[in-house]
Amino acid sequence: MSEYLLEMKGISKSFPGVKALDDVSISVRPGSVHALMGENGAGKSTLMKCLFGIYNEDSGEIIVDGVKSKFGNVKQALEHGVAMVQQELNQVLKRNVMENIWLGRFPLKLGLVDHRKMYDDTIKIFKELQIDVNPKTMMSKLSVSMRQMVEIAKAVSYNSKIIVFDEPTSSLTETEVEHLFRIIDMLKKRGCGIIYISHKMEEILRISDEVTVMRDGQKVKTSPAKDLTMDIIIKQMVGRELTNRFPPKTNKPGEVVFKVKGLTAQYQNLQDVSFELRKGEILGLAGLVGAGRTEILENIFGVATRKHGEMELNGKRLKNKNSKDSINNGFAMLTEERRVTGIFGILSILENTTIANMKSYKKGPFVSDKKLKGDTEWAINALRVKTPSQKTKIRSLSGGNQQKVIFGRWMLTKPEVLLLDEPTRGIDVGAKYEIYQLMIDLANEGKSIIMVSSEMPELLGICDRMLVMSNGRLAGEVDVKDTTQEEIMTLAAKYV
Amino acid sequence: MSAKESARRGNPLTNWMDNYKNLEGRDKARWWGNFFINNALYIVLIILIVIVTVQKPEFLRLRPMLDILQRSASGLVMALGIAGCIVLTGTDLSAGRVLGLTACVSASLLQSNDYGSKMFPGMPKWPTVFVFLLVIAIGALVGLVNGFFVSKFSLHPFIVSLATQLMVYGTILIYVNQGTNAGKPISGIDKGYSEFIKGSVIPESWKTPIPHFVWYAIILTVIMWFIWNKTTFGKNMYAVGSNPEAANVSGVNVALTITLVFVLAGIMYGVSGFIEAARIGSNSASTGLNAELDAIAACVIGGVSFTGGVGRISGVVVGVILLNMISVALQWLAVSADWTYIIKGVIILAAVSIDMQKYLVKK
Repeated sequence: MSEYLLEMKGISKSFPGVKALDDVSISVRPGSVHALMGENGAGKSTLMKCLFGIYNEDSGEIIVDGVKSKFGNVKQALEHGVAMVQQELNQVLKRNVMENIWLGRFPLKLGLVDHRKMYDDTIKIFKELQIDVNPKTMMSKLSVSMRQMVEIAKAVSYNSKIIVFDEPTSSLTETEVEHLFRIIDMLKKRGCGIIYISHKMEEILRISDEVTVMRDGQKVKTSPAKDLTMDIIIKQMVGRELTNRFPPKTNKPGEVVFKVKGLTAQYQNLQDVSFELRKGEILGLAGLVGAGRTEILENIFGVATRKHGEMELNGKRLKNKNSKDSINNGFAMLTEERRVTGIFGILSILENTTIANMKSYKKGPFVSDKKLKGDTEWAINALRVKTPSQKTKIRSLSGGNQQKVIFGRWMLTKPEVLLLDEPTRGIDVGAKYEIYQLMIDLANEGKSIIMVSSEMPELLGICDRMLVMSNGRLAGEVDVKDTTQEEIMTLAAKYV
Repeated sequence: MSAKESARRGNPLTNWMDNYKNLEGRDKARWWGNFFINNALYIVLIILIVIVTVQKPEFLRLRPMLDILQRSASGLVMALGIAGCIVLTGTDLSAGRVLGLTACVSASLLQSNDYGSKMFPGMPKWPTVFVFLLVIAIGALVGLVNGFFVSKFSLHPFIVSLATQLMVYGTILIYVNQGTNAGKPISGIDKGYSEFIKGSVIPESWKTPIPHFVWYAIILTVIMWFIWNKTTFGKNMYAVGSNPEAANVSGVNVALTITLVFVLAGIMYGVSGFIEAARIGSNSASTGLNAELDAIAACVIGGVSFTGGVGRISGVVVGVILLNMISVALQWLAVSADWTYIIKGVIILAAVSIDMQKYLVKK
């Protein structure tokens, strides 16, 4: 038995024109959490893809439990005790929990699937991990965090020794994160080696034993977590001193411009929400997942059906019957799941930038190519989007650049109120800073912003005021300058 | 279970009624709304029966019911095959033509020896089992071609089967010109074969014979139910239809699963061809024309969704019966054939629209 469960030695991988990995080595001890950090494009995913055989490394070797290994695909890796809990959960939503866990290796009895054994085995694993889910529940009925727990249980069911967590907490609330950490602790005690990929430094410092930082396809350093601070990690990641995670707050909220009274949704859990928004203000919406934060934005923007409630912008009553009406009234909405409801993946930057603003490009019965190109050019420059050309497909950009394009899309419609749902999800530290700066610039120009986020430090760092939602209702307002996480969590649990 | 425990759990029916009584007025309305949406198919079925029965009370007699049963049984076999393709978010346009080809092959090889204008004079009737295996093989082959191109070249089944459907039709046209036939309908089917399909165990004197092929359809339904719900292949089919990527990552052989679904579908078309040849008695190049469209409509009415990964065998059965009941009912009401098409279209649209509400998440 070697000292390490997993050793990846001198891994290099090139793609045409890019050296994605340059002589990277990492070693994972049994019963420890090894964090992997780095900005998007630093090579973390490429390294993991080499481990799982999705890419073939050009040179280097992979040693699992003392044996030199080369997996052909994810399934083979799983069978050798190497599992991945992915950021984008790959699950069969229309089938039940136990079928998802045993898919690809159903237990058989006389050639038919043995449902009882499948059920019993699932229950056994769930008990061990303290997961409270009925194995017969349809997958689509579970929350994202529960689905993730199922994915972990699946990894455990394969007797995995090495489990890779890729951004596991990006859509979890604080309580759910606690549960996840308890499970990771249990896995550690069983002697598993965990590779933990995340952008969230508080988490990394809390749960990892060792941290490897990567930059531009190279390993910067592996250090024991206890020797690290947030500043050191950031410095290693960006290769320069980044003194602040948040830009200086220069915006000054003015008079009240937008009022919401008694907002109640027809189908969603949202009841009697009233608040006011000032000119040039950034208002944060906190709360657990499902507390009604996204629902507020959807009801304001008219993409969800309102039961009752009144809205007033600059003293004028609004209906916001649908998204088109809302855009005309000066609203913009950046949706939560960028890849699903934000970008048009196979369309170009130009098409993605201009889609919400088509009416201003009309020239007779046609649209003016010149105007389209001009506006796209403006957006690329104003937001510093890194792209080879306007014709590039948006899906080939990094998450941060995609988000900038969507910001550009909404700036072209000249909104007064921006509704931002998790605007920095899945974006690396450097790009996050740019998005924050952009929000403050917008506020300085007199735009008002309502922002939903699951990252408490982000809300505290960027907002002027914060509303806390609990179970579809407004639980209270906190002053960002002198509130505590405890105060916010207490409010978030008020109506649960 | 102890008496105490059973008392606590209570009778499911009374529990359910208590739950309903505890609802407030608005929620009661919503409860009824959900009830109608969840049971739309059956409600449409009942309304239809009531309307026809009011106009023509004889409709509820055995004869028309038997007529519906027979029509359904003959359409059901194909629908059971095509349903798998729909669960994979696909479709199969070649079904009707494969039925046509296999029906012509069955009929030609099983013409009775003393029939005057045999297609292949001098060639004795084949053993029925051989012909059955041959047409199954033909169906499987077309299914294999469909499945291969869908899975290996990632082509949409619509396009693939659009192409194979043409090729199969061409083959039929060539085939019906073989021997002495020159494109004429193929009839003079062997008595034994005909009896095997259309005979009945219930004595003729009862005047309500249930032909054998109805039983065959029921047996096939049971087999398909087992394949869909109790085998690894069936569960893999649902998984691939719902999320092929996840299935692949879990080690499911996606290409093989897709191919097998199409092969199985092809086999079912072969079986339908074998049944139809004897049931119709006179087969030509146009046998089976557009049969796949009825089968697809039946599946979709029965809740086999084109969104993938959703569908049940029971739904296919109900869909097929509903569709045939509409046809028979309209005949009983003496509605002209022209109007029958229009009404059928309207009912399909309505049924599917209501059914879709189940899957919509309202905002």
